[in-house]
Amino acid sequence: MRKILVGLKRVIDYNVRVRVRPDGSGVVTDGVKLSANPFDEIALEEAIRIRERGEADEVIVASIGPEEVQQQLRNALAMGADRAILVKADASVEPTAVARALLKLIQKESPRLVILGKQAIDDDCSQTGQMLAAFWDRPQATFASKIELMGDVARVTREVDAGLETIEVDLPAVCTTDLRLNEPRYIKLPDIMKAKKKPLEIVDMAALGVDATPLLKVLKYEAPPQRQKGVMVKDAAELVAALRHKGLV
Amino acid sequence: MNRILIVAEHNDGKLSPSIAKCVSCASSIPDAEIAIAVLARDGTTVAAAAAAIKGVARVQLLQNAANEPALAAVLAPQVARLAAGYSHVFGPSTTFGKDLMPRIAALLGAPQLSDVMAVESATRFRRPVYAGNAIATVEAPAGRKIVATVRVASFQAAEGGGSAPVETPMLDVKLPQTTRFISVSAARSDRPELQSAARVVSGGRALGSAENFALIQRLADRLGAAVGASRAAVDAGYAPNEMQVGQTGKIIAPELYVAIGISGAIQHLTGIKDARTIVAINKDAEAPIFEVADYGLVGDLFTLVPEIEKLL
Ligand SMILES: Cc1cc2nc3c(=O)[nH]c(=O)nc-3n(C[C@H](O)[C@H](O)[C@H](O)COP(=O)(O)OP(=O)(O)OC[C@H]3O[C@@H](n4cnc5c(N)ncnc54)[C@H](O)[C@@H]3O)c2cc1C
Ligand SMILES: Nc1ncnc2c1ncn2[C@@H]1O[C@H](COP(=O)(O)O)[C@@H](O)[C@H]1O
Repeated sequence: MRKILVGLKRVIDYNVRVRVRPDGSGVVTDGVKLSANPFDEIALEEAIRIRERGEADEVIVASIGPEEVQQQLRNALAMGADRAILVKADASVEPTAVARALLKLIQKESPRLVILGKQAIDDDCSQTGQMLAAFWDRPQATFASKIELMGDVARVTREVDAGLETIEVDLPAVCTTDLRLNEPRYIKLPDIMKAKKKPLEIVDMAALGVDATPLLKVLKYEAPPQRQKGVMVKDAAELVAALRHKGLV
Repeated sequence: MNRILIVAEHNDGKLSPSIAKCVSCASSIPDAEIAIAVLARDGTTVAAAAAAIKGVARVQLLQNAANEPALAAVLAPQVARLAAGYSHVFGPSTTFGKDLMPRIAALLGAPQLSDVMAVESATRFRRPVYAGNAIATVEAPAGRKIVATVRVASFQAAEGGGSAPVETPMLDVKLPQTTRFISVSAARSDRPELQSAARVVSGGRALGSAENFALIQRLADRLGAAVGASRAAVDAGYAPNEMQVGQTGKIIAPELYVAIGISGAIQHLTGIKDARTIVAINKDAEAPIFEVADYGLVGDLFTLVPEIEKLL
């Protein structure tokens, strides 16, 4: 069976204005909306499209996180994943440990393609896919804006600083998604019902034999320095005069 | 002694300006000895440019036809081998470094700190999280290698005038053949490079079409500025992806940033926090961009931009 494994992290929803707790121990999460990382929805959408094109048989979505992530995994199943795996762990697992856990799943499932997001919008690390590819000793195609499967290879267009780069990787491989890869579909109500019957397996991080102890210690969180609100100018002439005065034009 | 290895990014035989900024970041680590690794096909000019950065003790030049164009899977095992004698391995937080450094970290069994914006000690660093809405102070374990990407907008380039020796170590590393470069489509432009430009003019969704986006380009040319764009403008096809500024695009720190028809979403603001002066032009007086703008002008961009152009 040709499988695709998708990684999904639950994060603070991208619409939430994140605030640091007064004691600096973290950010405010009480009553804050949590959602699938936007890049992971894009990863899932891509996997589903590949299966719909007949180029894969099964889409497995996996998350490493607390019990409650089941909700986001159910949504993923409603979107069109065939089954889900929750690796139960503390909410804060570092990319290294996530990659090691995903590697264990890969060893069991032998997917031909793994698709992760290019970055989780909470830690903004942008590490997991690359680390996974290294541990797995397979190619990586990061920041993808186009993925084409052609037999045993994938041709991937990547968003890089210079523009768009195209590379070819032998499968299996790890891809990470950029924003313009696709636009994820909306979930329809009947799909939510159907998703309830799809398998969602729960395993313990420890049972996978992965040590989730963080290597890095966050000592404190601080709010960033705020920019001062400036002045409003009344027209183009006043703006240009102000910029001239400051020597900016 | 902290021994820091910086992986050089280079294109078309030119060292990326981000590397002198990585050197300046590395120099703020106490008791630092800095080396630069140049992996190239023919890297003599790049190595010479790296050797001329002040504060660099040594350049390690690895020449191999497989090293260009750069592929993370090919470079990572070589850098990992080279890293044996080093305590830190740094790279720029550009797409080159973001792609490569975690692969190196994994091979070294080391943790990575992404987007380092300040150095507190050899093991303690500050980095933005949550799209820059929080700054985390992070401690890495002592006695283990530390891999990091450097948020280049946070550092001034180290000066030139150095003359470090260039060494050419021989490494016997098996390189994978499973990744092949096909092509790159990079828009050639005479405008300054977005990430190092002193002035940047950006356009948003309000431009409405690729044709109208020329308005932004004209103003940029008038100012000798680079052109940027919001995600909405890039998604709509008004501007190419490499122009996107923000959390998932480029993080920039120009002297002057002009945001035109851009609302100022958190993800966009993340990319411009370090700009010296921000100018915003928007027809909505309530647009969040005005909260961070040093100079705000409310009005229709289609009348204001040509007016400004005439006044320059
Ligand atoms: C995971 C994630 C990552 C993201 N990363 C980025 C990123 O890196 N960079 C980024 O920019 N965005 C990013 N976004 C998107 C971001 O949330 C916003 O959607 C985007 O920045 C909006 O672009 P905009 O300001 O051009 O468009 P809009 O928000 O639609 O704003 C258009 C503005 O133009 C004004 N306007 C309209 N007509 C005129 C006129 N004639 N004259 C003057 N003003 C006019 C309007 O008042 C409005 O304020 C990301 C989103 C997500 C979810
Ligand atoms: N806890 C997690 N569970 C599942 N996937 C994850 C997890 N953390 C990170 N990932 C995947 O790795 C990508 C990059 O995350 P990061 O390296 O943390 O920026 C995310 O977009 C996910 O696809």
